[in-house]
Amino acid sequence: MKSGVFNLVLKRLAVAAVTLLIVLFAVFFATSMLPGDTASMLLGQAATPEAVAGLREAMHLNDPAILRFLRWLLGLLHGDLGTSYANDMPVAALIGGRLLNTVKLAGITTLLSVPLALTLGITAAMLRGSLYDRTVTILSIGVISVPEFMVATLAVLVFAVYLKWLPALSSVNEAHSLADLVRIYAMPVITLIFVISAQMIRMTRAAVIETLSTPYVEMALLKGASRSRMVFRHALPNALGPIVNAVALSLSYLVGGVIIVETIFNYPGIAKLMVDAVATRDLPLIQSCAMIFCLGYLFLITAADIVAIMSNPRLR
Amino acid sequence: MTMVRAASSRRSFLGHSYNLVGVAASLVILAWTLIAIFAPYIVPHPIGNIVDDDYFGPMRQGLWLGSDYLGRDMLSRVLMGARYTVGISLAAVSIACFSGVVLGMTAAVTGGWLDTCLSRFLDAMTSIPSKLFGLVVVAAVGSSIPVLILTLAVIYIPGAYRFTRALAVNINTMDFMTVARVRGESTVYLIGSEILPNIIRPVLADFGLRFVFIVLLLSGLSFLGLGLQPPLADWGALVRENIGGLPFAAPAVIVPSLAIASLTISINLLIDNLPQKIRDRNA
Repeated sequence: MKSGVFNLVLKRLAVAAVTLLIVLFAVFFATSMLPGDTASMLLGQAATPEAVAGLREAMHLNDPAILRFLRWLLGLLHGDLGTSYANDMPVAALIGGRLLNTVKLAGITTLLSVPLALTLGITAAMLRGSLYDRTVTILSIGVISVPEFMVATLAVLVFAVYLKWLPALSSVNEAHSLADLVRIYAMPVITLIFVISAQMIRMTRAAVIETLSTPYVEMALLKGASRSRMVFRHALPNALGPIVNAVALSLSYLVGGVIIVETIFNYPGIAKLMVDAVATRDLPLIQSCAMIFCLGYLFLITAADIVAIMSNPRLR
Repeated sequence: MTMVRAASSRRSFLGHSYNLVGVAASLVILAWTLIAIFAPYIVPHPIGNIVDDDYFGPMRQGLWLGSDYLGRDMLSRVLMGARYTVGISLAAVSIACFSGVVLGMTAAVTGGWLDTCLSRFLDAMTSIPSKLFGLVVVAAVGSSIPVLILTLAVIYIPGAYRFTRALAVNINTMDFMTVARVRGESTVYLIGSEILPNIIRPVLADFGLRFVFIVLLLSGLSFLGLGLQPPLADWGALVRENIGGLPFAAPAVIVPSLAIASLTISINLLIDNLPQKIRDRNA
């Protein structure tokens, strides 16, 4: 039956590939619909119609959309992301450092929030119905029900305005020591941890509770196993699949969270770059940023599905 | 957990048992609904008028929620903001749920290639992060109320579709469906009279949850400056334009945030405290 899992995973990967193509297509066309003519915008108001026509020709803007899409796709495969309209630099160069900043932010958040959320989620499920469980549940519902920017605003209010521990804005270039680094990352990371952990706690708790209500756990209880043995030896190994699935799914919330957090804290990452690019209508830049976000998101939800398939013993 | 709470706070009224948290939550929702409807008649000052000499003024008599970054009355702006936030979200969620539910039931009843194509296509759509989708679309066609409503609706159709289809597929295997089919009933009759009455309660609960998602996304977009454009302002836009008051902890930036939170948390709490019969997917 090993081939069954293999086939399912392959099928899921194929679906992901098709989805990727559809997403790329959607991103390309949505950005092509941006109002205003890029050529005349680039040349400014003083441009002659001939100059605009010439530039349109040079930028292949007169070609049919499908041709431009294929050319763009071909460029992507060669690692060529195009040239930014706004400042005439290669998009890859603009994105490079910014992407690294965002990956750092996301990485630190993941490293901190996964252990935190798993601990809280699993313990809450173990102590289901207790005051502790109810507090954790209510707090996580609270965080999920408010927009990310409100969590960020509250974090600024508490840590920067009332406690005065941290600066409200971060700028990565001025980091000279470890203390500086902590101060810079603290605020965005705290906000993201709240947003991501709340999701993860809820899903982990649900996964563990579901496992704890299965007949074999009841069997363990009846034969007199201790509570911790019941959870760690019997329930957790089987809940591992759903938990990893929950982790991957929650991490996909990073994509939305990062957009808000980078904007509010002025963090020089790729999401801020994209929001700025939307303001200047910098097509190649928006396309590339959107593509990177979709790639990351698609990767995480595909990983979540594959873990779910692999961990299901009935398919093995 | 529910058991403990149920014993302490469940009362009985008109044959329905209800829950204090649920009642409080529905009162908050009712209040915001009334405000959204009657806002133009109850605002103390026209929302564009500058009524305070100071900006980011504190709460005081006459200006109950302080003033914003231009010295405009914050209470009036929040009350009018309710109109936009609730109105746009409600319109969007209605379109999303109506389309999603109709498509989902049709796919479940018809099956075959229609079902496969729809499911594949809508699954692909869920692979675009919602905030990114909103960002790109709003940037592409510009931001206006109809564009916002449609964008938000399109983003949440796949979720409503998937939810309804899963419910409807179960109903579809029931004997009464086979009987109706053998009678030769049309698809419209099947989905309207046989399936819908059996899934309406979980679908309504899902409607509420999706409304919360849409309020959050709309606020997020407005906060990024891509939602409602000035001089109109929903709650997200109010937070954005007054974000400069954050270092002084001005009420102008806190109050709209609290407004969003009170609405979304209330809806979540109300749905969580609905009687199991309504909330349960298998009801």
